[in-house]
Amino acid sequence: MENKTIQHTQLLALLRKIQENERRLIAPQRKGNQVHFQPAGAVEEIPFDYIQTALSAKSVLFPPVEELMRYHQDENGVQIDERNPDLLPETVAFGLRPCDAAAVTYITRQFTGDKPDLLFRRRLEKTTFVTVSCARADADCFCTSVGVSPGDTRGSDLLLTPLGGESYLAEVVTVKGEALVALAPELFAPAAAVKKEEHLAQVPRQFDLEVLRGKLDKAFDSPFWEETSLRCLGCGACTYVCPVCSCFDIQDEGSHKQGMRLRCWDSCGSSLFTLHASGHNPRHVQSERWRQRMMHKFSYMPEQLQVPGCVGCGRCLRACPADMNLIEQAQACIAAV
Amino acid sequence: MDFEPKIVAFVCNWCTYAGADLTGTSRIKYATNVRIIRFPCTGRIDFMLILKAFAQGADGVIVSGCHPNDCHYTSGNFHARRRWIAFKDLSEFMGIDMERIQFSWVSAAEGAKWAEVVNTTVAKVRQLGPYTAYHEMAAAGIM
Amino acid sequence: MDVLKTRAQELLASGTVQTVIGYGQGSNGRSRALFAQTPQAAETLIWDDTCQQNLATYLFKPEIRQKGKAAIVAPLPVLRSVLQLASENQVHDGDLIVLGVNGGELTEMATLQEMEAHVAGRDLSLDARDHARLQELDAMSLKERWQFWQEEVARCFKCYACRAACPMCYCSRCTVECNQPQWVPVPAHQLGNWEWHMMRAMHLAGRCVSCGACGRACPLDIPIHLLTIKMEESIFQEFGIRAGARAKAENALSSFRAEDKEQFII
Repeated sequence: MENKTIQHTQLLALLRKIQENERRLIAPQRKGNQVHFQPAGAVEEIPFDYIQTALSAKSVLFPPVEELMRYHQDENGVQIDERNPDLLPETVAFGLRPCDAAAVTYITRQFTGDKPDLLFRRRLEKTTFVTVSCARADADCFCTSVGVSPGDTRGSDLLLTPLGGESYLAEVVTVKGEALVALAPELFAPAAAVKKEEHLAQVPRQFDLEVLRGKLDKAFDSPFWEETSLRCLGCGACTYVCPVCSCFDIQDEGSHKQGMRLRCWDSCGSSLFTLHASGHNPRHVQSERWRQRMMHKFSYMPEQLQVPGCVGCGRCLRACPADMNLIEQAQACIAAV
Repeated sequence: MDFEPKIVAFVCNWCTYAGADLTGTSRIKYATNVRIIRFPCTGRIDFMLILKAFAQGADGVIVSGCHPNDCHYTSGNFHARRRWIAFKDLSEFMGIDMERIQFSWVSAAEGAKWAEVVNTTVAKVRQLGPYTAYHEMAAAGIM
Repeated sequence: MDVLKTRAQELLASGTVQTVIGYGQGSNGRSRALFAQTPQAAETLIWDDTCQQNLATYLFKPEIRQKGKAAIVAPLPVLRSVLQLASENQVHDGDLIVLGVNGGELTEMATLQEMEAHVAGRDLSLDARDHARLQELDAMSLKERWQFWQEEVARCFKCYACRAACPMCYCSRCTVECNQPQWVPVPAHQLGNWEWHMMRAMHLAGRCVSCGACGRACPLDIPIHLLTIKMEESIFQEFGIRAGARAKAENALSSFRAEDKEQFII
């Protein structure tokens, strides 16, 4: 489908139409000084004047707590009630940035192995992503250093680029995007020739991803890790706000009579992450866990999944209570190793 | 169906549990809504147990032990008292309905008092209704 | 702050300490913890309004402990943390040199007694903004407070940044990491979040020095510091115990007095 344009008021009308169509609409919402993705209330309240949300939209596909199955005991023994993925809601996730949408494609690779993750796959099938390009960036953004751009179309079904004034360029990227436009085609107008790049934020490159990878491939035993990670507190803030991080834990909760199996977020930054039943912990100090973070994102994932584990959204920089600053860490690694 | 509250009672073995036993042997009738859980001492009662009782469906909780200076382990109930004072302040600050929790000292000789504590608590919680707010929270946030 | 830099450099050059734990320039308007091991590194120490992190939490990090004796730049909350840790036998006389900072003044303290004496002369009352927020919450009805905390706690995703930022959370195996039984649920559902925050507040009761580091560390701006600060005020009102004031002090919830008073136990 060719590109279209849409006015801001028509965009809100489209979002309202989505809600009327009984699809779950997840959109940004202000909460104090932050913006979060939430099930949308009144579409007029959706903010547009911020740079980045505090949390990514990964919880649409990979919720912080997800029920995998339930069990209960009756006179016939233990009954298992597996989650029916067909009952998952049809969803439109609005307001992702291009970095978040690119992250969706990376996270999809992580959940697609020889055994497909049913719940993830079904959530992905049932979700349409409407992304908004970045007209502004701040010093914590670094998408261009990791192969993403402020107008990247990867992962988006419909990508809107603000053109100044009240209008957006609407790139219909996928079949799902087409279906969304088909909900209310009268809200869209044909696009005149638009130089999209002129409306995107300038995000200067901070480091060379390939050079970083080359350094990391040789850096496992370097003394660099200890000094660089001294201030890291070992919390999980960076992993949880990250749109690509997807490690999880499985927890069983309940009694002998009934209960459920849950999948929940986990973080390689936590001290117990690699604790073995024997008591041995191969990553028993924080410097080793910090090294793991850098290695996984910039060395192991490129090798195993052919994509880096980072989209440069900058959330980890904003969230980190110790100001580790991944950009500086990457630059320091390149310089020191 | 009229609402009958579920009350969980955390009691110490040496005083309140024995007291509850006396209530029974004295043939004193009292509300049947209470489920008694026996501990060696109130000093052993973790505040989380009260929260877990609510999470698992209790509408009210009784926590009871030996009078100060009568603890079988000398000072367990003194520690418990401190803990309950702190826990009450925190719970009220967080909006937990403290009307649903009754703390008491009931000795092994106070069979009648035990019946009274239970009856009063049951009546109060019956009035307050089921603790739906807490029960709903216990099931929330799972996608 | 020049007098701070100079003194830090002297301590390092003379070998009195091997590390100075302080604040340095961070990125994008932030400050960050700095671990100066040479006089040149100490040149980058700063002290200004951005320096809010509680540095005492780093005293337990193995990579820092193994560097040798440390000096720590200490605004009042950090100093109180050191004293509280001393009262819990985690810090001993002679372990540390404390470089107390207050506005532009530097007070060097090498012994716990000096630290106690210094704290005795300081105002330990709450930050005005925190005090106002506590009053606002206290003025709400029970139902309103329940609603407030339910909404705040719903956002939590159990990153434990609050725990990591707090110097008092130094247990090598936290209660949430014990799984026989799993006493505090691991997942970030509403109950798991609720029980974690109540647990944290109770475990810090009488130990929290109201530094607010936990609330600042929270990546989701959940004002959890109000819970621990409320407990500190509560413990002080009920039992007269102030955390982080004495090098030897009874721990509020590990001790008792026969005269402890309450009105609610029948």
